[in-house]
Amino acid sequence: MSDQPAQPPPSSAPSPQPLLKVRDLRVSFTTATGVVDAVRGANLTVYPGQSVAIVGESGSGKSTTAHAVINLLPGTGRVSGGSILFDGRELVGASPKTFVGVRGKEIGLVPQDPMTNLNPVWSIGFQVREALRANGFEGSRREADARVAELLSEAGLPDAARRAKQYPHEFSGGMRQRALIAIGLAARPRLLIADEPTSALDVTVQRRILDHLEALTAELGTAVLFITHDLGLAAERAEHLVVMYRGQVVESGPSKQILAAPQHAYTQRLVSAAPSLASRRIQSAKERGTRATDLLAVTRGDGISEERGELMRVEHLTKEFVIRGATRSAKTLRAVDDVSFTVTRGTTLALVGESGSGKSTVANIMLNLLQPTSGVIWFEGTDLRTLDPRAEFAFRRRVQPIFQNPYGSLDPMYSIFRTLEEPLRVHRVGDARSRRARVRELLDMVAMPASTLRRFPNELSGGQRQRIAVARALALEPDVIVCDEAVSALDVLVQAQILTLLNDLQTELGLTYLFITHDLAVVRQIADEVVVMRNGQVVEHATTDAVFDQPTQEYTRELLSAIPGASLDIFGAA
Amino acid sequence: MVRYLGRRLLQAVPVFFGATLLIYFMVFALPGDPVLALGGDRGISDALAAQLREQYNLDKPFIVQYLLYLQGILTGDFGTTFAGRPVGELIASAFPVTFQLALMALAFEAILGIGAGLVAGLRKGKLFDATVLVVSLLVIAVPTFVIGFVLQFVVGVRWGWLPVTVGSNVSFTSLLMPAMVLGAVSFAYVLRLTRTSVAENLSADFVRTATAKGLSRRRVVNVHVLRNSLIPVITFLGADLGALMGGAIVTEGIFNIHGVGGTLFAAIRQGHAPTVVSFTTILVIVYILANLLVDLLYAALDPRIRYDD
Repeated sequence: MSDQPAQPPPSSAPSPQPLLKVRDLRVSFTTATGVVDAVRGANLTVYPGQSVAIVGESGSGKSTTAHAVINLLPGTGRVSGGSILFDGRELVGASPKTFVGVRGKEIGLVPQDPMTNLNPVWSIGFQVREALRANGFEGSRREADARVAELLSEAGLPDAARRAKQYPHEFSGGMRQRALIAIGLAARPRLLIADEPTSALDVTVQRRILDHLEALTAELGTAVLFITHDLGLAAERAEHLVVMYRGQVVESGPSKQILAAPQHAYTQRLVSAAPSLASRRIQSAKERGTRATDLLAVTRGDGISEERGELMRVEHLTKEFVIRGATRSAKTLRAVDDVSFTVTRGTTLALVGESGSGKSTVANIMLNLLQPTSGVIWFEGTDLRTLDPRAEFAFRRRVQPIFQNPYGSLDPMYSIFRTLEEPLRVHRVGDARSRRARVRELLDMVAMPASTLRRFPNELSGGQRQRIAVARALALEPDVIVCDEAVSALDVLVQAQILTLLNDLQTELGLTYLFITHDLAVVRQIADEVVVMRNGQVVEHATTDAVFDQPTQEYTRELLSAIPGASLDIFGAA
Repeated sequence: MVRYLGRRLLQAVPVFFGATLLIYFMVFALPGDPVLALGGDRGISDALAAQLREQYNLDKPFIVQYLLYLQGILTGDFGTTFAGRPVGELIASAFPVTFQLALMALAFEAILGIGAGLVAGLRKGKLFDATVLVVSLLVIAVPTFVIGFVLQFVVGVRWGWLPVTVGSNVSFTSLLMPAMVLGAVSFAYVLRLTRTSVAENLSADFVRTATAKGLSRRRVVNVHVLRNSLIPVITFLGADLGALMGGAIVTEGIFNIHGVGGTLFAAIRQGHAPTVVSFTTILVIVYILANLLVDLLYAALDPRIRYDD
């Protein structure tokens, strides 16, 4: 199972000679506690012009395998066994000089995170030009600049000649990724390693860039080795899939075949958990949830809100920011433009849009962290603007956030106990003993062992940290939890676990969620209602099923079709 | 850019007045009577004391003293010392020496510190790195005067390679050893800062991308690691120039240099406000200018920083 068919796939050029042949690759890292094998006997073959994707969760060894090919293993990593044949040449144990020759010129790399992969102190043009010069381009400065502009516009960057003079911080994420693609393809390598090339980008940008990359590499005849955690994306973009789990290749074969009939247990889990494939709301207890809502509406029906079960109402919300530009006149940016919606108690409302659509601004205003320019937020019939400091303190207790990055939102110097106890202490809940009991209860709610209490955030995985973030949000028994991209940074399987956890907690505690996300696949699993935002305005507001089954707006349709794997008919059949 | 420069220079004006007022007040508030102290154990006649007080404006209220001092400065008169020497003359004799000494110390710590720090950062965990770390720790831990006396004895007296003291013979060679002693501690800090910064940037994503482009190791280090690593080091160096100028007192003492530190120390002991305030204010202005220079260098090294308003 860990091997691939020896014959080249029918769709590739009729060349029997594989471009890249990895056999029994072993990569190990030396850590304080000993030697850890990150890759344990991986096999993989790429034929000229073929596209292959390595799929797996983080820590599966997929990136390590790809980095081993061009000898760019981080830290103490080294290849401890096996062979990497590129075009018939052995790369394991090759000299540094050999690698300088191979990198860029024969094997290009498009790295994962466009925000950190360009040097902030050099212009984009300089960084592309460098890739040309290093790989044997011997023209004048003017010729080089012309070629740079050509490469950048080929990668889909408009107005490339002028843009080349700009610096990375003047580029958006998508534009940076295009620059990185231009760099990766600058010397016309025969193999391009694309390491999660778009996972940091919005779905629509992601799709445009991948479409472009696909067209470009097809035209140039470049073989592509994709590395991704997204099975839907892999299946859509690559002819051949290699599934890795814990350093080993557990399954490999033609994409559709693997999706339709996954053999290995891990692949089966991956297929069923992929958000782009699992298409329904997590239904564990939706019926009960609705009943709870009705019940609450009855018990609290004391006339504070006109509508049954309404918890928060946003009315004509507008927020403008003043931006200081190069010109002296200050410009205003309307980030949120006349947005209105209501949040029903005990349900989940998803706020969806690309970055820059204003969804996070709305969330921050609803958390009362930001003052609106105009418009009103009602919370149980109270206007948020009228809160005095004491009432605001009480409001904070009832509306809690969970942020996107579990690595950044937990204080690294606080133990888990202290992290969870802090909100209780700040709000003077109980005495030391009852707080201790409450913290244990919270850990129990998010299914973490009590032994976690003395540990620190850096000792936990991303999924575990996000569980702690959920527990912290729950500490004060809030009514509303605002999840700002709360699962976007997590692997699919972990993502599914956290979503299930959130859903169960909602049923148990009657929580109301406001879910901010750019990922429609996640929305489908968790939300009851969807508000689609674009450029600060609400373009569509309906129930989740309505949005997914009959989107009324062109923009919503575009977002939907951008979900990786959405266009694959295999899912319809499955 | 011009507007930014103008604004920064204008900011120096309130700093100048604030600093002079504050320092003048502190000298005024020092315990002890400077005039009586002049007489030492033998004492001083009341008539002479009164005359001295009048001559140095010490009989007037604080604010009048200060304003008279300011008036003097604005007309180019920095006052006279108790020994009758114009303060302006003291400034002219003390500052050039100290300035030269501080610049030499700065050059020493910048060139050797960045050089050794770069090599150590590139070979983190290897022998060179370990050696350099231990040596720099020693330099930081051992007091300056110990390093000064040891160097003076070994290099100056024993081996006779460099002049033992400076005195009135101010030259590049005679200041070489004092500059190294003065810059020693900062050298150790620059080295460690560069080392950490280089080691950190080496594992940056953009360095990996640069390597993946097919660049040689040398080019990756020179173009992508060094420039980015220098940004924090430059900040430290700029702030250090001021400290080197004002803090050279121990080194000046060891090598008998008639510079700012020694003169200032003597003036503080005498409670002579015009000297203390003039010297300190010049140090404050040097500090402001050095910081401005750092901010400009910052913008040159890092395109994300632009001063356009």
